[in-house]
Amino acid sequence: MTGKRPRVDFSLVETKGEAPTNVPKEQSASWAEEALREHYEDAELAQYEIGADHLTKEEQVLKRIDRARARKARLKEELITLAHGAGGKSTHTLIEALFLREFRNPLLEPLGDGAVFSVNGSRLAFTTDSFVVSPLFFPGGDIGDLAVNGTVNDLAMSGARPLYLSAGFILEEGFPIVDLRRIVDSMQAAAQAAGVMIATGDTKVVGRGKGDGCYINTSGVGVIERPISLAASLAQPGDAVIVSGPIGEHGVTVMLARGELDIECDVSSDTAPLHELAAGLLDAAPGVRCLRDATRGGVATILNEVAVASGVAVVVDEERVPVRGDVNGACELLGIDPLYVACEGRMVVIVDGAEADTAVAALRAHPLGAGSCVIGRVKDDPPGLVLLKTTFGGTRIVDMLVGDPLPRIC
Amino acid sequence: MTYASKIDREQITHYKGSLMRFVDEFRDAEMAQVLSAQIMSLCEPGRQYKFMEVCGGHTHTIYKHGLEDYLPNTVTLVHGPGCPVCVIPMGRVDDAIFIATRPDVIMTTFGDMMRVPGGRGSFFDAKAQGADIRMVYSPLDSLRIAKDNPDKRVVFMAIGFETTAPSSAMTVLRAKALGLDNFSIFCNHVTIIPAIKAILDSPDLRLDGFIGPGHVSTVIGCRPYEFISRQYAKPLVTAGFEPLDILQSIAMILVQLDQGRCEVENQYTRVVPWNGNPRALEVISEVMELRPYFEWRGLGFISHSALRVRDAYADFDAEQIFEMPGVRVADPKACQCGEVLKGVLKPWECKVFGTACTPETPIGTCMVSSEGACAAYYNFGRFTRERVKEATRT
Amino acid sequence: MCLGIPGQVLEVLNDGADLAKVDVSGVRRKVNIGLLEHEQLGAGDWVLIHVGFALSKIDENEAEATLDMLKGMGQAYTDEMDALRESMIE
Repeated sequence: MTGKRPRVDFSLVETKGEAPTNVPKEQSASWAEEALREHYEDAELAQYEIGADHLTKEEQVLKRIDRARARKARLKEELITLAHGAGGKSTHTLIEALFLREFRNPLLEPLGDGAVFSVNGSRLAFTTDSFVVSPLFFPGGDIGDLAVNGTVNDLAMSGARPLYLSAGFILEEGFPIVDLRRIVDSMQAAAQAAGVMIATGDTKVVGRGKGDGCYINTSGVGVIERPISLAASLAQPGDAVIVSGPIGEHGVTVMLARGELDIECDVSSDTAPLHELAAGLLDAAPGVRCLRDATRGGVATILNEVAVASGVAVVVDEERVPVRGDVNGACELLGIDPLYVACEGRMVVIVDGAEADTAVAALRAHPLGAGSCVIGRVKDDPPGLVLLKTTFGGTRIVDMLVGDPLPRIC
Repeated sequence: MTYASKIDREQITHYKGSLMRFVDEFRDAEMAQVLSAQIMSLCEPGRQYKFMEVCGGHTHTIYKHGLEDYLPNTVTLVHGPGCPVCVIPMGRVDDAIFIATRPDVIMTTFGDMMRVPGGRGSFFDAKAQGADIRMVYSPLDSLRIAKDNPDKRVVFMAIGFETTAPSSAMTVLRAKALGLDNFSIFCNHVTIIPAIKAILDSPDLRLDGFIGPGHVSTVIGCRPYEFISRQYAKPLVTAGFEPLDILQSIAMILVQLDQGRCEVENQYTRVVPWNGNPRALEVISEVMELRPYFEWRGLGFISHSALRVRDAYADFDAEQIFEMPGVRVADPKACQCGEVLKGVLKPWECKVFGTACTPETPIGTCMVSSEGACAAYYNFGRFTRERVKEATRT
Repeated sequence: MCLGIPGQVLEVLNDGADLAKVDVSGVRRKVNIGLLEHEQLGAGDWVLIHVGFALSKIDENEAEATLDMLKGMGQAYTDEMDALRESMIE
């Protein structure tokens, strides 16, 4: 150290609170004034709310917030941000305010993992998914595995037996063919394991710098051979909430595989085809209301979708949520909640409470469901909220994800 | 009063792989029940207690673990200004974005800063418009980026109280040792004592005691808080960040009040040394000095309350390298972040809480930072306790 | 920003960069221990990690003491509640 520095005195208490001279005048933030103007009318309406006097001030505010949340989604941004791809609030707003608004039709409205419809007496499920994961190769799999398993799983979550996939590639000029071969080999192996055929495809190439290596889109078709309807809107008070295994492994694996965080951990992606697991479950437990695979946004996002779509409360017992020790450690280190971290081989099951044990037994009978357990229950009040009973014994909300803590996970 | 059922330790081991040492023991629900009973027995009948927890990390823990369920109605926790992201004025964010939008600049920042709104948008918006802004876990990660990109200038957005200042200072020293000529920090470190003094001098608030900052105290120790007990006659207990730590600290404050004492005590003894970290203090003093004035969101200008890079390290000071606009942006009239930061208003008492101002569409900083009181309440605590008791009963 | 997490030192790396390999619940990361020069850290020590730096050495005795005090209080309270319950049975 060069010379002796005077010490910074952190105990200095003789502080003054006046502004120094020559301070520039303040400008105003126009975006904030605009945002507030839109809400003034709502605030005025709130003052005239009938029958609100029995509520405490806090309860009145909470009611006002519920109303604001229930309002139709409006897209305020002018540019796409990474948050729009995170699977949380921004994604939902984009889908509802833009895509659903323009494409509106009864098949799209339920916004399920897949569209379900009948053709000449056969019930079919149809889905699509795009894969932009970075890095392309990571412990436990690669973009090819995700591309096949992801779409197979979306079909399985609709209650279908997956049959045929398409595979569209967008490749960047300069991408090594040896890497492409690796990806394709993974896809073929995954397709065989899932019992599906990659029946059609497409290839496009974009200039160097315009595509980040390799993007893949897969669409899939499956047949629904059971007379069941699965949807996020079918949950009822008394239902059990089950996850099929420990959560957060895929998201953490990919984050660490990026190498920017300098963290070593023995975790690998949980990517896997869930069609057999789902089939076994549906055979054993007819009271299944909803199946969802927990991809981006994690388990928390699915539970929020169910709570809102069904108008119920979902109460989760933190102690029962299975998380591997090292996944938990990585999440604590990074300050993220495992409930929001993507999986690629886990499903969330909402099932009639009376069939909870049967359902768990059926899941555990399959190797991919070995870690299955009940993590919570559906209640009737307060509707639309996901509550967490913490290991500490207190209660808190688990809200829909905001922003994007883990970009380009799948 | 019912005691919580015994935690099945087997279950925790099975579900969470293994207990996290020095963390999970301090989240034990059974012990929480015991502390809760002790707190209740220490409360004078009919008396209302108001304690301020200064640290944003404490606010976060309290809501994340549902700690208020363990406190009687007579004990109110008030959230203080200890959220370093929350106290950054919009104009400063604009200055940072100005730097980030220089064509050859890579700005590195902690995740928290990404969505803080400035006068014309946040880092996130700037990134969508093409600025190269990257999230890092540690300031040291910026050095690797600087080495890998010799033709770019890497600027680290240095924020935080005294907890993070040593890390920024060490990073500057490391950059110097490595001979890097393309790295600098935009220093927005603030100090905690002036903030606490501003709270104590505020006529709007009457507090009975303080839950003192935990990690700031690992650097500055516990002595700097002594003025609070000596000049303002309020007890302060430096607290750890696990829920049991906070409950125990509340119990310790109540014991002091009960015994008519008024002192600074250390609950977080496993981590906080009474005299702080001498090496950390040395390193800060080597690289940084106190600014004569700094503007805090909601608290106005406070003298000697923030750090800047010393002239000797001007090569690493973004404020010297870049000509910043230095614009000041007024908080929108309806924004009440200032009052929330001072503990005068609870988050839900802010007129725009939850309607115009949500985590997705924040008007102010308190709703953005993971340590902001509004964000904590909105994300974790936004429900009526009575309704929820029925739902969470097993 | 207050996010500090306890980790155990696996190995002090003597490469002149003040780094040590630290384990947090099975996750391993290199952490800068320059701020704890005066503590002379070795493998097995526990530290508080904050944004890639070790900020403080965790005093295991103090941790035990804190927990013991809580447990002790627990016993005292259980005893008292038992006594209270017994006295009510009459």
